[in-house]
Amino acid sequence: MAFFGWDKLKLIGKSDKQQINKKEEGSGPAVKCKRCGEIIIKKMLEGNLGVCSHCNYHSHISAKTRINLLIDEGTFVEHDSDLRSLDILGFERHGKSYSKKLEQEIKKNRMLSAMLSGVGKLKERPVAIGVTDPNFIAGSMGSVVGEKFTRLAEHALEKRLPLIVVSGSGGGARMHEGLYSLMQMAKTSAALGKLREAGVPYISVVTDSTMGGIWASWAALGDVIIGEPGAHAGFTGPRVIKTTINQDLPEGFQRSEFLLEHGQLDLIVERCEMRDKLASLLDLLLGDTTKTA
Amino acid sequence: MQDNSTLPFERPLFELRARIEDMLSNSEQTEGLENQVRVMRQQADSMEKELYENLSPWNTVQIARHQSRPTTRDYIEHSLDRFEELHGDRAFRDDMAIVTGLASIEDERFMLIGQHRGRNVEERHQSHAGCSHPEGYRKALLKMKLAERFNIPIVCLIDTKGAYPGIGAEERGQGIALAENIRDMSLLNVPVICCIIGEGGSGGALALGIGNKILMLQHAYYSVITPEGCASILWRDGELKAEAAEVLKLTSKDLKERGFIDDIVPEPLGGAHRNSASAAKFLRESILAAIKEVKQIPQEELAQHRYDKYRKFGEFLSNQTLPDFDEEEKSAEEALEAESGAAQE
Ligand SMILES: [Zn+2]
Repeated sequence: MAFFGWDKLKLIGKSDKQQINKKEEGSGPAVKCKRCGEIIIKKMLEGNLGVCSHCNYHSHISAKTRINLLIDEGTFVEHDSDLRSLDILGFERHGKSYSKKLEQEIKKNRMLSAMLSGVGKLKERPVAIGVTDPNFIAGSMGSVVGEKFTRLAEHALEKRLPLIVVSGSGGGARMHEGLYSLMQMAKTSAALGKLREAGVPYISVVTDSTMGGIWASWAALGDVIIGEPGAHAGFTGPRVIKTTINQDLPEGFQRSEFLLEHGQLDLIVERCEMRDKLASLLDLLLGDTTKTA
Repeated sequence: MQDNSTLPFERPLFELRARIEDMLSNSEQTEGLENQVRVMRQQADSMEKELYENLSPWNTVQIARHQSRPTTRDYIEHSLDRFEELHGDRAFRDDMAIVTGLASIEDERFMLIGQHRGRNVEERHQSHAGCSHPEGYRKALLKMKLAERFNIPIVCLIDTKGAYPGIGAEERGQGIALAENIRDMSLLNVPVICCIIGEGGSGGALALGIGNKILMLQHAYYSVITPEGCASILWRDGELKAEAAEVLKLTSKDLKERGFIDDIVPEPLGGAHRNSASAAKFLRESILAAIKEVKQIPQEELAQHRYDKYRKFGEFLSNQTLPDFDEEEKSAEEALEAESGAAQE
């Protein structure tokens, strides 16, 4: 797992280090679970696909890691890797520069945008697949992510390939690109409308966290919508709701289990079982029951 | 109806006008006074013209949010010839934040779908000031599909800060409702015209905003996020809202230049609230012209026309490659990242 994303699992401070030295001497660098706060050895977390062994929190993994988890080795062909965002509105004020941020994110993540898209085989089944990278400006959608998604959906339509998109986009629509970002919701949703009319299946996989304009467009439009356990997904962020209504939010609000209970997800699938589950669903949707999932 | 309450940036103008009134009522009519008043009136007129022709984006937002700005129900009363309101989503509730019904202007009939902020305290309470719940968006879509079955064009009036942020809204699938509206509007086989009449707040506006023709009132705004929200998230200071309004390019003029909207509907001098009758007349004429125009598109091309319209939105660079990262730079970056990670705790 070479491309593990560490943003949210924060590197531990001094006191935690002492604690870890006592517990697991010489086991290498460690991180702290975002959800339960337990200290986990980095290597062990990687071995467990980024899932916390204490609380089952499905932490962020990079888009490349996700592709490696789902797509047969050597079959992934990337599309549109040449597209790069630009600061079209001139967000360069108060010590914050969108251009600089883009440069830094490109360096940090070794990719030009927040989405990795292409075609490949999932347990030998040909698919079109897109993954947003939660580490690239929170996986938010600007013109490039919208364009890559739309091109991917159009390719899936043309080739009649089932489409799978994994979202992990705490950021929603990227405000630095103003109405250009908002219009990506329209563009991508319209492309999915065509797919729907043509009867090409689209499976949306929602991971922690999928918010705002991404949840309110393609993430919520799957023929089948799958959530990873504990993934946070919704339109308005909990902090905004809390301040608006001035009231505490219910336990587990907007998490996968909550969404399943309220009829918004079709199912919840553990990360280690995602590949098998997707394969089985595709067979049943496409009417091919001869393969073994 | 006319409202003369002032916004802060209008104060100098209103003070000048008040001074003129004072002079007229408090003094004896003399020839000298008449001249002075005439000059001052000219001054005030040119000041007014100057002021509203050069509104800052933030001033525009203030006018768009003006308490007395005409609402959907005002336009229903004054812009339409007929209106038969149809309520409810046939599933959960009648959301008063979105008003729907069959309407006509002259010989054009259409389905009107309008976000309603409310004209008074009671209405604002009922409609959550125009912030709709999922059932409101589902009501809108249901009525649009009714219109489609009877080959009736659809006119959407957009006026919302955004979709309602609440527990019930999320429980009932706010995001899903918005997404499905956006997708299904793109597929409708009847003409769709959208007009932003006040606030065009993000996804909550877009969910009624997929049309063959997009109109926008002169002093309305349309944005991915409120200026306050943008300023506080990006610069951690909500007070920088005026600057955010500027960068976001949210005015009708900016959006027309960039191709996001097709036509600007003029407003009376000073904003629609200064003369709601004439605002209603402008809107009526614009809707009528837009329907006639969009009806020229052959029915089987309407959905594709909409698809192509939204397909082109986006600005980016192509043929780019990842920059080379030399190893030294890479390890320095990683060290820096480790440091900032530790500092976050
Ligand atoms: Zn944990």
